[in-house]
Amino acid sequence: MATVAQEKGAGIQLLTGSEVMANIVRLADVDVITAYPIRPYDTVMQYVSRFIANGEFDADYIPAESEHGQFEIVKHASACGARVFTGSSGVGWLYAMEPLAVTAGLRLPMVALVGCRALDDPGAFGTEHNDAMLVRDLGWLITFPDNAQEVVELGLLAYRVAEDPKVFLPCAIAMDGAFLTHSQATVKLPTQEQVNTFLPAYDRGDLLLHPDNPVTIAPQANEDWLMEVRRQSSEAAKRAYTVLKDAHKDFCRIFGENTNPFLDEYMTEDADVVLCGLGTLSLPVKVAIREMRKEGKKVGLVRLKWFRPFPTEELRASLSRFKAVGVVDRDYSFGSPFHGGILFNEVKAALYGSPKQPLMKGFVCGLGGREVLLENVKHMADQMFAIAKSGKADNQVEWIGVRG
Amino acid sequence: MSVISFEIVYRGIYQKTLANKISRTLVLAAVKEGKQGISFGRYSDSPERNGIPAKLFGYIADNSEELQAVAAKYEPKQVDVSICVDDTLCKGVESWAWYGLQPINAVTKPGGTLIVTSNQKTAALVKHIHRRDTPYKIAIVPGGASMAGLWVYKNDGTDARCLGAALKAEPGICSMASLEQAIRENIGGDAHVEAARASFEDTRPDEIKPGEGNTEVPFTFQLLKWTEMREGVVIDGVGGHNDYRDMDGGYQPGRNEYFKKWSTRTMRPVVAFDKCTKCTLCWIACPDTVFDVTPDGYFDANMEACCGCGVCEAICPVADCITMVNEVIFEDRDSQYLMWKKDAKNYQGYVTEKRKAGKVEHRFPITGLAAAFSGVGLDGGHNQANAKAKSVKDFK
Repeated sequence: MATVAQEKGAGIQLLTGSEVMANIVRLADVDVITAYPIRPYDTVMQYVSRFIANGEFDADYIPAESEHGQFEIVKHASACGARVFTGSSGVGWLYAMEPLAVTAGLRLPMVALVGCRALDDPGAFGTEHNDAMLVRDLGWLITFPDNAQEVVELGLLAYRVAEDPKVFLPCAIAMDGAFLTHSQATVKLPTQEQVNTFLPAYDRGDLLLHPDNPVTIAPQANEDWLMEVRRQSSEAAKRAYTVLKDAHKDFCRIFGENTNPFLDEYMTEDADVVLCGLGTLSLPVKVAIREMRKEGKKVGLVRLKWFRPFPTEELRASLSRFKAVGVVDRDYSFGSPFHGGILFNEVKAALYGSPKQPLMKGFVCGLGGREVLLENVKHMADQMFAIAKSGKADNQVEWIGVRG
Repeated sequence: MSVISFEIVYRGIYQKTLANKISRTLVLAAVKEGKQGISFGRYSDSPERNGIPAKLFGYIADNSEELQAVAAKYEPKQVDVSICVDDTLCKGVESWAWYGLQPINAVTKPGGTLIVTSNQKTAALVKHIHRRDTPYKIAIVPGGASMAGLWVYKNDGTDARCLGAALKAEPGICSMASLEQAIRENIGGDAHVEAARASFEDTRPDEIKPGEGNTEVPFTFQLLKWTEMREGVVIDGVGGHNDYRDMDGGYQPGRNEYFKKWSTRTMRPVVAFDKCTKCTLCWIACPDTVFDVTPDGYFDANMEACCGCGVCEAICPVADCITMVNEVIFEDRDSQYLMWKKDAKNYQGYVTEKRKAGKVEHRFPITGLAAAFSGVGLDGGHNQANAKAKSVKDFK
């Protein structure tokens, strides 16, 4: 645990999302860090390595030979009881897909920053959520901060929940490339003392890989064993929900915050329709909502802070209050039911069988870093008002802001 | 509602940290007075490859709601202050993503100020800058382009001087006292503060009238609809031409007419054809296939395509045959070969004059980037010529 004397960095600063994450890594006193360059995530390593070089932070910092090696190294370090940090973006993250799968399978609480970036090809740098979403079925926790300040909350919760012995699952902090990784905003960093109070040391207990605790990890297994292992992971993923809820209470108490653990609701109290989405989308949506409210349009936003654990109950309770819900995906899922995005299909699945279901429509927008304009948001909201009025929603998923 | 917007146009990699320092300090100075600010790296179309024109922009607002309202629009359509930290960017900015050539004053609002670091005078720069139908101002921060390496920057006071000029151009940003404090906290000490103050006092923006400037129409690119694009991320090739311009013989490679890349250039090769031995090395070594082959077997660096890397100069075995010269002193992109063919003697004078006026010294062979790493800058180390601080050491 870092000493409280390390107070440099407390107070208001102008920081990018990546820089905030680097500060969280420093404040969490991470032991082992591995890096391999790919933008936009790599900015976090720029700041982490600077902290180390300046003597402000002590950690093993290992530049790996590829993403595959990068994630393997921290996976092993995590098994040996080290608190770890790593990250990647786009196809770099995919190159690590084997260690990504086994890390979750082995229940190792790796924390990784995914600087969300379009998957090649064509090579592009802008944000798209498909890279982070690709681990959604494997046991990874996934959180989508919407601004630099929120990285403090979600970054600290990532370590707290992932390393909870009831969970022991890896966590991806999915940060919108450029919009969050590269834009500087004013942020209040927590103090070392607060972080120390919030974040207990990572204790792997009798699962620790250590000469004093002789264990074998990851033997070859067959059909007699595997399904039981999967069932354990499923239970851990279920428990993550409760652990997160409790940890969030602690966060609010220690850091003097008053946020909702799972959902960020904006102007929903009297809303007829809402838009629902992830990450930095909230900025244009909130601003557009303020403008539409002036025209008397009762529209709101429900943003998911966590995609895994998926806040099923909260969403059912929240969204049933509205006449119509437009789900905005910054991702795609080609050939899926009604060709909707990943979030749309998951939200619909969550609400199926709910006693009161809103009318729903899916939108795909902002792919590859395309800006989501205020007029785009207004158009989507207007679509939802029309659906609410007619009482009917078709199953057409609409692409927003595409030329043609 | 009171929002101030600004942009910083810079050379990818070489000036990344410099631009970041300017942007960050500007916002933090305003934050000291209770304002809100945000600074974006417009990275989605500027992958910060070496020398590629890149942009940072930011907003300063009275409160967070005002800030969100403008930040939600992302890139400003108009800014109060444009800061251009390399005067060769005055010729226009072609971003990485096929948008055509954007004039450096494209988003400077009517009556707004374009600040340029340059050893040139306003009158010389205006010849490069595309004309427009609204007035604006140009303020020169004397000095060359301060170029550095990947994650480093030359601590030569350029940032402080740009900040002083920015405050002069837009006094609503903050008080000088707040700027000084922000400079101390984010850049450096007395020398930087002094440089900012001196720059504030010395900055005298020149009025540019509507219609004044470069009459060339910047090339544009029409973005295709999804229904018009070829499937499978396939792009049709462009064939070469088995002749040179309108002459018989020779060869010109096919080139992308929508993505020319020449705005990446901070220096250009000037070829003394009288000395050329037709050894072909420049033609072979050029990473961008810039050399057109002339009917009589010479190699003519095409100024519509050259990125100015300097490989040709480095590989040329003949002394003083190819010389890299500061791009800002040229007002054309004409064929040097045709100039030479027309009047060899006159062309020799041209070569001598250009070499004298802007030969770029102190570069590593091959990369042509020594200026960026040797600490002298592309202007040969004259950045401090007009700064009040006495030497670069004062800024450390």
